[in-house]
Amino acid sequence: MRKAELVMAVVMGLFSAYLMWKSAELPIGWIPEEGPGGGAFPFWLSAGMLVCCVWILVRWFRRSSTVSVSTDPYMDHQTLRMFLLVAGSLTVMIGLMHIVGVYVSIPLFMVFYMRYMGGHQWLTTGVIAVATPIVAFFFFEIALKITLPKGFTEPLFYPLYDIFL
Amino acid sequence: MEVLDHLIQGFAIALQPMNLGLVIFGCALGLFIGAMPGLGSVNGVAILLPMTFLVPPTGAIIFLAAIYYGAMYGGAISSIMLGIPGASTAVATTFDGRPMAMQGLADKALITAATASFIGGTISVILFTLFAPPLAAVALAFGAAEEFALMMLAFATFIGLGGDDIPKTLFSIFIGLVFSAVGLDIISGQPRLIFGDIPGFLHGINFLVLAIGIYGIGEMLWTIESSKGDVQISQATVTVRRIIDDLRTLKETFKSVIVGSFLGYFVGILPAAGATPGSLMAYGVAKTLSKDPDSFGKGNPEGVAAPESANNAASTGSMLPMLTLGIPGSPTTAILLGGMVIWGLEPGPMLFVEHQEFVWGLIASLYAANLFSLLINVAFIPAFIWVLRLPFTVLAPIIFVLCIVGGYAPTQDMHDVWLILIFGVVGYLMRKLEYPLAPAVLAIVLGPLAETSLRQALLISNGSLMVFFERPISAPIMVVALVLFVLPLLKLIKDRVGARGAA
Repeated sequence: MRKAELVMAVVMGLFSAYLMWKSAELPIGWIPEEGPGGGAFPFWLSAGMLVCCVWILVRWFRRSSTVSVSTDPYMDHQTLRMFLLVAGSLTVMIGLMHIVGVYVSIPLFMVFYMRYMGGHQWLTTGVIAVATPIVAFFFFEIALKITLPKGFTEPLFYPLYDIFL
Repeated sequence: MEVLDHLIQGFAIALQPMNLGLVIFGCALGLFIGAMPGLGSVNGVAILLPMTFLVPPTGAIIFLAAIYYGAMYGGAISSIMLGIPGASTAVATTFDGRPMAMQGLADKALITAATASFIGGTISVILFTLFAPPLAAVALAFGAAEEFALMMLAFATFIGLGGDDIPKTLFSIFIGLVFSAVGLDIISGQPRLIFGDIPGFLHGINFLVLAIGIYGIGEMLWTIESSKGDVQISQATVTVRRIIDDLRTLKETFKSVIVGSFLGYFVGILPAAGATPGSLMAYGVAKTLSKDPDSFGKGNPEGVAAPESANNAASTGSMLPMLTLGIPGSPTTAILLGGMVIWGLEPGPMLFVEHQEFVWGLIASLYAANLFSLLINVAFIPAFIWVLRLPFTVLAPIIFVLCIVGGYAPTQDMHDVWLILIFGVVGYLMRKLEYPLAPAVLAIVLGPLAETSLRQALLISNGSLMVFFERPISAPIMVVALVLFVLPLLKLIKDRVGARGAA
């Protein structure tokens, strides 16, 4: 925990500094007749973020906050494994949405999650993995008229568009 | 009675077949969401908001408010049956609800929770109906300085009353406000904070992206971590006869319910407080007032009734500042407020003038939502107990997919989907280090308004910050806000002095 607290505060501190620098691309001072410049609001808020990070670091050195003295591991082995699996599979799913579209990546993700992580039977897995994208299609594409990303599978949907739209 | 006329008009809207259907569907869905361990009203509302584009704004808010209510009822179900709070708002319900279930009184605990929720909800909606119009009338006179002062007050409550680590709370507020500034500068129209020149940032960071990231992806990661290991479901025997017997013994909890209702309502109005502390306070007060305080924690129905009436009352209470002042009283109402902006409504007192059908339709639907939540809850207790048996590995991927597709829908930009994932993962990592995240969600919703009112007020005063302290309404609000900001500091100093005195 103690190490994680330090790393997070330093990373967020650097991020704050980056935000300050980025905000300063616009005027941060007072413009006569216009009031504060466009960069002033985010600039001073990012400065506030930086101050908070420094404050958190000071408390870390003085060991005066609860997290900075905690000896619990930030993530135990099992938690880390689950976290990497879930976050990783989500990343892969979103990445695949660009290439093969939602209607391929969603079933793949669901099969992976339910079959591999949940250990459910193929029947349960299959029914839910197939039903979810079908429901999504009718809800988003037909009812809401929102086209979901399909990647190169787009042409496969032309007949469906002809029927429903 | 003008209020009564408005309310009758409101009922005419709320009872239209479609709106009534949305209330019933929303309540059932909310009960389901609330009953699932880990998911509460804020998660349900954040994840399902994109789905409401299907219906007009009035229908959409009625649906989401019904989910909000249903989830407050539903939270008690897993608190009692599993001993795990279905949502943080139902933590206090476990104290006596779980022991009751262990003694074979699960049905009584569930019925007590449902009726207490109903009474708490109803009392608070009546209070709401009486308070809202006059407060909105006062708020109509507010200018930029008052608006900004109110927002300072909202943020100050997190510092003074939130109880979380102060630098981390402040950090959360600041980062939310900075993210709200991404995109085009509202006054000059220049692009700003376009990270890495990615065009996706030009349309800004939608509050929903942060809300779904934190309350969807982040919450699921959190639940996956904390729900390792098996849980024991209590048995509940539910027969009509037992239900009638249970209802008959309810009057012994009457006092606790009334205390919980009023306390919950007023605590709920404060942005940082809300349903969770409201229900804990109600539990404490009910215990103090009880003739037999020792029986609390061992299965006293009053210990279920007090927090359950309080958390429902608080959810109504938090809608009061949202509708009348445009300042949300809880993270859930912050998301509702953001939703109103998406639907093209300007939150704040003008709603009561320009969109009466929206406001009164919502208020009337709260009465209906209460009634239906009670009926559905009592009638389908076995169904909700079945929900608790659903394996999490089936629910989790469905919820993840809802988050991703729902997050894509409003802007139809894959850029936002990636941001949701990043916010979810980083939010989860920060939450593990006790960074509170609700202030960031509130801040990103209020950010654009805060910046506009600050810049307008400063422009009028020619750069003098004194403008906030010279006007008759903004001055006292600012003073209270400042007091709340320094409150923890004073406490710190007092503790130090006390420690030195003792040594």
